[in-house]
Amino acid sequence: MAETEVSKKRKRPIVRLAVLLLSHSVLVSVICCTAGVFGLLLLPVLAKNTYISENALMPGSASSMLSNQEVSEANKLIKELNNLHSNPLGATTESHGIIAKYMSNLGAQVNNHKFHPQLNQFHPLHFFSGPDSGVMQENSTRSLYGINTVGIIRAPRGDGKEAIVLVTPYNAVKGGVRETLSLGIAYSVFSLLTRVTWLAKDIIWLVADSQYGEYAPVAAWLRDYHTPAFSNLDSLNTETCHVGNNNFESKISYGIRRSGTMAAALVLGVAYGNENEDTLGIYAEASNGQMPNLDLINIVHYLAVHRQGLRVKVEQFHWLLNSKWVKSLGEVFESLGKMVKTLNPDWKLGISAADYVEGAATLASSLYHQALGVPTGPHGAFRDYQVDAITLEFSLRISFDRLDRRNDFLLHGGRLIEGVIRSVNNLLEKFHQSFFLYLLTSPSKFVSVGVYMIAFALLVAPLPVVAASLYAKTLDLNPTSEKDKSATSNELGSVLQSWKWLNSVKTVFVVHFWGATVSLLPYFISQIPDSDPTTNFSVWILLSILSLEILRWILVSPSSHIYGLPQGEWAILKSATISSFFIGLGLMSVINFATAEIGALLMVPMALMAHPLKLDVRGQSLRSILRMICNLVLGVISFPPATFFVFKGVIEGFSGIKAGDFWNWVESLWAWNSATYLYIGMVHLPCWVLCVQILLHPC
Amino acid sequence: MELSFTQGRWRYEQWGGFDPLSSNNAKPPGVELWAVFDVPQSLVDVYWRNLTHTLSGLFCASINFLESSTTYSAPELTFKPSFGNLRYGTLPREAVCTENLTPWLKLLPCRDKAGLSALMDRPSIYRGFYHSQRLRLTSSESGSDEVDSGIGLEQTLTVVLQPSSWRTGKTYSVETNIQPSWSISSIFGRNIPGKCVIAKSSNVYLHLDNGLVGELKNLERENAKYVANTFESEGFQSNHAFKISVTPDKVFEEVDYLHGKSTSVIYGFSVEKYSDSQPFDLGLTWKIPVVWSCQQAPLHASRFLMGSGNERGAIAISLESTESSEGLPTSHIIDGRCELRVDIFQVVPWYIKVYFHTLQVFVDKQPRAMADVVDKIRVSPSKDKVSPGVMEMILKLPCGSKSAAFSLEFDKGFLHIDEYPPDANQGFDIPSALISFPSFNARMNFSEDEFLNNSPILSKFQETSPVLSYTEVLLIPLTTPDFSMPYNVITITCTVFALYFGSLLNVLRRRVDEEERILRSRAGRKAGWISQLLSRLSAKLRGRPQEQPTSSLPYSFISFRLVLKILLVASIAVTWQYYFG
Repeated sequence: MAETEVSKKRKRPIVRLAVLLLSHSVLVSVICCTAGVFGLLLLPVLAKNTYISENALMPGSASSMLSNQEVSEANKLIKELNNLHSNPLGATTESHGIIAKYMSNLGAQVNNHKFHPQLNQFHPLHFFSGPDSGVMQENSTRSLYGINTVGIIRAPRGDGKEAIVLVTPYNAVKGGVRETLSLGIAYSVFSLLTRVTWLAKDIIWLVADSQYGEYAPVAAWLRDYHTPAFSNLDSLNTETCHVGNNNFESKISYGIRRSGTMAAALVLGVAYGNENEDTLGIYAEASNGQMPNLDLINIVHYLAVHRQGLRVKVEQFHWLLNSKWVKSLGEVFESLGKMVKTLNPDWKLGISAADYVEGAATLASSLYHQALGVPTGPHGAFRDYQVDAITLEFSLRISFDRLDRRNDFLLHGGRLIEGVIRSVNNLLEKFHQSFFLYLLTSPSKFVSVGVYMIAFALLVAPLPVVAASLYAKTLDLNPTSEKDKSATSNELGSVLQSWKWLNSVKTVFVVHFWGATVSLLPYFISQIPDSDPTTNFSVWILLSILSLEILRWILVSPSSHIYGLPQGEWAILKSATISSFFIGLGLMSVINFATAEIGALLMVPMALMAHPLKLDVRGQSLRSILRMICNLVLGVISFPPATFFVFKGVIEGFSGIKAGDFWNWVESLWAWNSATYLYIGMVHLPCWVLCVQILLHPC
Repeated sequence: MELSFTQGRWRYEQWGGFDPLSSNNAKPPGVELWAVFDVPQSLVDVYWRNLTHTLSGLFCASINFLESSTTYSAPELTFKPSFGNLRYGTLPREAVCTENLTPWLKLLPCRDKAGLSALMDRPSIYRGFYHSQRLRLTSSESGSDEVDSGIGLEQTLTVVLQPSSWRTGKTYSVETNIQPSWSISSIFGRNIPGKCVIAKSSNVYLHLDNGLVGELKNLERENAKYVANTFESEGFQSNHAFKISVTPDKVFEEVDYLHGKSTSVIYGFSVEKYSDSQPFDLGLTWKIPVVWSCQQAPLHASRFLMGSGNERGAIAISLESTESSEGLPTSHIIDGRCELRVDIFQVVPWYIKVYFHTLQVFVDKQPRAMADVVDKIRVSPSKDKVSPGVMEMILKLPCGSKSAAFSLEFDKGFLHIDEYPPDANQGFDIPSALISFPSFNARMNFSEDEFLNNSPILSKFQETSPVLSYTEVLLIPLTTPDFSMPYNVITITCTVFALYFGSLLNVLRRRVDEEERILRSRAGRKAGWISQLLSRLSAKLRGRPQEQPTSSLPYSFISFRLVLKILLVASIAVTWQYYFG
């Protein structure tokens, strides 16, 4: 008979599981959060080696055709351009002329592209909207302009449907040897490509005038390439601002020449290296954490390492390389890996401590740059048009003055670019085989989305559980309290009881609305003329606090304590906060995963732990004191400006921090249309404010 | 009927777009086929299908893809003989190679064994910039004369080659930009051994462009100041600019009646007198650098895509006046307004959903109302999976206009998974638009008539034909599914179905039990009399309330055994992994 009793109480297993989770929500959240953080730390260990996924690419299968002849031609160009810089007067127009002349001598079609640099302006409603030429051109200043030179090689037997783009930023006014060298590399490749027969895609060489930054000219050219404005174009392109005294100059058209759909783009740059080897830096992050196809990075890496003997590096956080705790963590993982290996030699989890530190530094930088949502170079402009692009930055061991050294460099660089172009040229389809969502832990190792999602999912998983359990608890709480009054209870009271979450949801909504206002405020603040970042920042904070108070006064206070139920209210408020935060994080993880990951790392512990301080003070136990301390620390850290300053202090030292830095940082975020800015304004900050409200709740 | 196979694209800016050679022989990349059927309207499509299959078999090409109604269209305005019985289709992605050339050569009387076609050295032909083979069938039933009626077959091969010296010698002659000298043997790697025995006539013509001739005459005039060297009108094959190795049999000079501009010169060489022992090898050696440009079509047409993303975009066709057309006569003045007529014919596959009402017209970069510019327009919107969208426009542009642009917006459609071609991720091609200028005629006028009638190619040059040019093929990236998706879909649907049916079965099977259990537990707790009544009622209805404990016992037993089994299997697996893994 006892058995029948058990079987009677048995519910459906899924319900039982849910109830179990809810009843152990604290344990679940602790386990999940630790596992999430642990999973994140484990990512460098789990990283896989990259491999070239698309078979058609066949990098390095053909021997390089670039010879010393092209290099010597390129040297001629470099010399001519360098001579120009000795007399800076009129160097701008002439250098364009020289480049155009060299291009057309090769048989390429040349045209100039004139653009007006865009001032970075904040369009509050233009997030995520595509580049709109009409609006942009209205805002651009007319007096400033730059000139891009574009050369196009038509593939001899191709049908001109696709093109590969080569970009070299070049500042004609103060371009040094550095930039002429990147021109030299591009020129040597370009001159080779005019003669090869294997070309199937057109080659576009864009010499971007980088007077106004490297990004602006590329973006302007791409905009005109893809969305030309037919009506007002003439004012921009045909106005004869300067009639070149060079006869050749006048022949070059200012109308944009086109080729087909772009398959891939490479941006070349040369940096002064201070390292022991010739290195090649790869920058891949585009806006909002979009990455080019991994295959593109793979080809470059493969060719650079295995063919040209260059050392490839991607960005790293150097301060992480020397940090003690990462090193010790690496050692722990190393010993763990060894232990695992003794169990089964096939499990290759072992990674040396040094590798781990490298991987962690790279991973952190990769995560940070993706989360920032600001492109790391001119290649970012291409990603807006679904073109895979990366920036390659060569850096040399010795100065460029020695000719033989320079030739060697040009030869290697040129061969690398040639190989990459040849690989992309082999490609019949667009890049689609390999990963688009990945984090790099070294140039040849990556963590794919399937792996890094787990850490995030673990981190986020406790949120709905805790929210539900809190809500369930308050529901459980109420019937008991209700029973006492049940004798006198009326219908209205019970209806109000079941709807009491409405009040806290309203609070949450109001705070989120406030968050939206706060994120719009910088637009108005930036209109104030002649203001330095520090005052802007303080004005912003003052206005934010003011608006919060006003909103509370208008919307919350009149109705907040009518159906007062103080003991349960903070729990319901917390439950609502957590659920809204969960929704926000979920949305953000779709838009920019890295932001969501970092945001979850910062905010999830705070959101889970938030507990009224008064109750903790009253509690007097060790647990409540610990909780109080944790809450206070987390509350300080997860406030966005505080996070920024702590982060900056760790990286650069606390001495040089100014209050205006945060303003500058935020300004750069919205100037680049980063979704991170929206996240901070509309998810992170409201959640923080709500958590603080819970902490200060008068129970 | 005309069928053409083309590889590479004709560069209208470099190779000209006005002379009969380029406007007749420049074709869009891939396969282009049009045919006029002399059958009743209802049978045209059937005949077209037959024709495509026949040709596809003949030429080893996938012309049979033109069979489906989504690939061909029936233009009415742009092609001259249009009575609704013309069909036009293109395959822009068809790769052209030797396998298409060989059947084409088989149609020649001597194949490639003798005569001019002996030059068809495959590697050297396919190494060039442009290669287009064309086959044209005309049925001439003009006269009542029995002899005249019949079917004429016209085969044309157009190649643009690069001289081998330019390719192999990697010399940069930047300072002395001299044109490469060539000869037939250096270009083709073969000589002409003589004429084919069956052939009536076999000639080689060398055409000096009028731009070149004009340039040469200018040079001649400059030189005449120093050297008393009069200009030889009967041909300057040994002048100071270049040297032709073989003396031409005939020299034709184009006669331009309208204005005394420079005209082109054609040298004719007859191959008949050459034999194997003394092969014909024409060569041309340049002595001084000459820079000239080819005669351009009145407007240079280019077409491109606008916008980005996988959702929508726009096709834009821009026409820009070329330098040569500025001096062209404006003889076609209608109603006191000088106008330039341009015909545009554009076929768009159905998965590119073009909104024809979004047509915007800009003339000289100013937006214009459509009625001002478009004289006649015929649009047949695409039907999904049935027919492509066709747009034919006859435009009247004002004469002085420097540029004109048209843009059409479109949405990208979704295809069914089995409608994707093999390389779906490359994108989808939009066939070339055909742009013709009916008010300009590409023809040459020659003074000597008696010889011309014998030579088909020259009489072809003399025919009046509108200037045609094709635009680029466009590549539109469409949304493509992950093609490993079927597998994923199968697994996901299976899982979903399993879950669904499982829970459904559970619900159907268990609800009665559960109700009973709840009722009984309530009864156990001595609930109100209604529930007691209900439980009694249900017990009565079912009749055997005592069955419950018996069924639950084996269940728990089974579950215990199940757990035991699972544990056993797991331990076996672990030991296996540990020792043998």
